[in-house]
Amino acid sequence: MLHTIFLILLLQLGGEILQKYFSLTVPGPVIGLMLLLGLLLVSRRKTSGWVPKFRQQMVDSAETLLTYLSLLFVPIGVGVIMHLQLLDGQLLAVLSVIIVGTIATLIFTAFLFQLLRRKHDHD
Amino acid sequence: MTDANRLYEVWVYLQAEPLFWLTLTVGAYLVADALYRASNMFPLLNPVAISVTLVSGCLIMFDVEYERYFNGAKFIHFLLGPATVALAIPIYLNWQIVMAERRAIITTVMLGAVFAILITFGLAHLLGLDQATIRSLLPRSVTAPIAMGISEVIGGIPSLTAIITIVTGVTGAAIGTFVLDLMRIRDLAARGFAFGLTSHGIGTARAMSRDRTAGVFAAVAMGLSGIVTALIVPLLFRLLSGGF
Repeated sequence: MLHTIFLILLLQLGGEILQKYFSLTVPGPVIGLMLLLGLLLVSRRKTSGWVPKFRQQMVDSAETLLTYLSLLFVPIGVGVIMHLQLLDGQLLAVLSVIIVGTIATLIFTAFLFQLLRRKHDHD
Repeated sequence: MTDANRLYEVWVYLQAEPLFWLTLTVGAYLVADALYRASNMFPLLNPVAISVTLVSGCLIMFDVEYERYFNGAKFIHFLLGPATVALAIPIYLNWQIVMAERRAIITTVMLGAVFAILITFGLAHLLGLDQATIRSLLPRSVTAPIAMGISEVIGGIPSLTAIITIVTGVTGAAIGTFVLDLMRIRDLAARGFAFGLTSHGIGTARAMSRDRTAGVFAAVAMGLSGIVTALIVPLLFRLLSGGF
């Protein structure tokens, strides 16, 4: 468990360093995600020795962490309620943009993805 | 010393320590999660929204500053970074599905991310919001840490962007199921994809709690749209502000 936690932290750290050094607009943790995915894919063929065992441990730790993904948004969410005054006077307009924009984006992406998948099936 | 005084002293000590706020956060989440499960995952009882309501209620009732609360809750907040890295796992485990759908995935991420930005820009202009607020709104569909970074690059207010992305996440997670049912979109992959692209981590958490396939596509959409949005918002913003 500790090894996998170390690797996750190390990759996030690597991501942060790359982001700062090259002043990228992609945040460090997302670069860390790409690094981890790359490592897993590169090591995919290794089926003996410590690599597959470690990979399984990685899967288990990550899934444990992702089970509580919702919890991790609570602290920043509380900040939302406590800092609502930042939106002074624009609350209603901002909420309208969010709600209408969210509904429109949901419909647009779901339809587009469904359409492209179907077309793909007929190729 | 009276009992009331003693209790007050304990309270003064506790509220300065992280332990109390950590316990409160985890406890509120467990209550919210139990409610969510008991309601058979009714989307309006979103666990993030309920826990946030419970915790903020306590803070307001006892007149506690957010900074004091966050001093304890930051340990939970910190895990968002590692959890983002860990999102590589569901993508890796379903790599074959992802590769089989790569054309649909890439096209939808590109067009969907641009659509989310344009509709936000259009609506915000229509409602006459000020420049700083518009800039803070643009990256709202991607996960908070990414959105805050983008907001800073284009001259928005990062903390306002954090608020907006969380509200977007909760809104999508809470009403997404109704909207997609109404539109008769039954394809679980398409539903998950829309959740992840529109409502980042909160939408992904909702999709994952319902269905594995939907969760995977949500994670893929969230990760990729985060990258795409980070790359195109600054560009698109320059184009849009030049045109208006």
